[in-house]
Amino acid sequence: MAVNTDKNSYTVIFAAVMVVIVGSLLAFFASSLSEKIQENERLEKQQNILYAMGVNENVDEGSVNFVSTDKVAGEFEKYITEQLVIEGDKITKDDNAYLIDLKKQETEAKAGKTRKLPLFIGEKDGSKYYIIPMRGKGLWDAIWGFVALDNNLVVKGVYFDHKGETPGLGANIKQRYFMDDFTGESILKGTEYAGIAVAKGNNDPTNEIKDDNEVDALAGATITGNGLSAMIKESVNLYKSYLESIRAKN
Amino acid sequence: MALLSKKDTSLILDPLADNNPITIQVLGICSALAITAELKASIVMALSVMFVLGMGNVVISLMRNIIPSKIRIIVQLVVVAALVIMVDQVLKAFAYELSKTLSVFVGLIITNCIIMGRFEAFALANGPWRSFLDGIGNSAGYGLILIIIGFFRELLGSGTLLGFKVLGDPIEKTGLYAIGYENNGFMLLSPMALIVVGLIIWVQRSRNKALIEEN
Repeated sequence: MAVNTDKNSYTVIFAAVMVVIVGSLLAFFASSLSEKIQENERLEKQQNILYAMGVNENVDEGSVNFVSTDKVAGEFEKYITEQLVIEGDKITKDDNAYLIDLKKQETEAKAGKTRKLPLFIGEKDGSKYYIIPMRGKGLWDAIWGFVALDNNLVVKGVYFDHKGETPGLGANIKQRYFMDDFTGESILKGTEYAGIAVAKGNNDPTNEIKDDNEVDALAGATITGNGLSAMIKESVNLYKSYLESIRAKN
Repeated sequence: MALLSKKDTSLILDPLADNNPITIQVLGICSALAITAELKASIVMALSVMFVLGMGNVVISLMRNIIPSKIRIIVQLVVVAALVIMVDQVLKAFAYELSKTLSVFVGLIITNCIIMGRFEAFALANGPWRSFLDGIGNSAGYGLILIIIGFFRELLGSGTLLGFKVLGDPIEKTGLYAIGYENNGFMLLSPMALIVVGLIIWVQRSRNKALIEEN
């Protein structure tokens, strides 16, 4: 039976049927896979936090290798000894603090509420790591990361990631050679919480000067770099009062 | 009977050279500029487009007799978008690492003009098997150019290939860098992709004079 595909009624019915079919297909996909996707994201977060404090499976100088997904839950429990939620002056322990959505907290803060700030305390080889999660803006989309500090607020390790920075340029913030440069830098400049700037005029490509609060920038990725500097500075200032208390204890 | 008739073979082989979607039809230039700063990204993008174009061509071809011609472009868009979203979701659930690598590219596939071009020009008028071959052929032709551009841009721009430092270390000054070689940072910027495409077109046309238009 030949159908007259030019008729208006046919066109409308076709469009309606198509929308229903495609819509339900996508909805089915999204809802049946969402659990698995969330689980993947949860494990990835654990891997990232562990990576920042130096628990990883890096074999050489160049690549980033996380703890494998089947081991990560155990390692996370072993190394992350405490998870805190800082809400204004109130500090509570919460073993699911790492699941707090920073973006949501940001919007809450804008709406005038006190935001919940998660902080993870890890312990490895007898020394303590304070791991701060952060989130900021790159050139195209969100960037985020985890920065591990020691008692003196010196960076012990970082992990950065991004949603959609330019491959080969801004996307390189998650490369080893960039992230490794942060290790040893202090987020303090005197008593000011200056963070660490990604600087073009750093003139220190091998990053031997560790007291300048600067790391060498990525060529061709100025805006991503600036976003990263701003993110670190803003985030450490959010945690200022807690970090002060760590320093005071020393 | 051979699996592929002579006509079918030409569906796959033609787009690789004399009817290449990028260098001859000048389609898909946008993604060729955007993602070829690294060889790996080029390869990944080529494979993703191959999947979507192959599948999409089959779907459109199966529906070709019932699609109302007035809204065929919208129908095509819906098919590409739905396929791309499904691929994205499945990757996120079962190959999370891979989906991280693909990140922006998956979304970018939708905007690739080669896909709409092949739907419109081929799948709407041909059967599913031939449409599938046409999709594979065209995406292979597209991927080939992408990989060539990615190869030169990464090699000359960063001195690496697939992330390996093939020319030595620019900071430690080893390998080629020891004798004063420098990376050409300009290769990492999009305009150089266009210039590389231009060079490929030049080489191709000087080898095959039949491709040169009269004017």
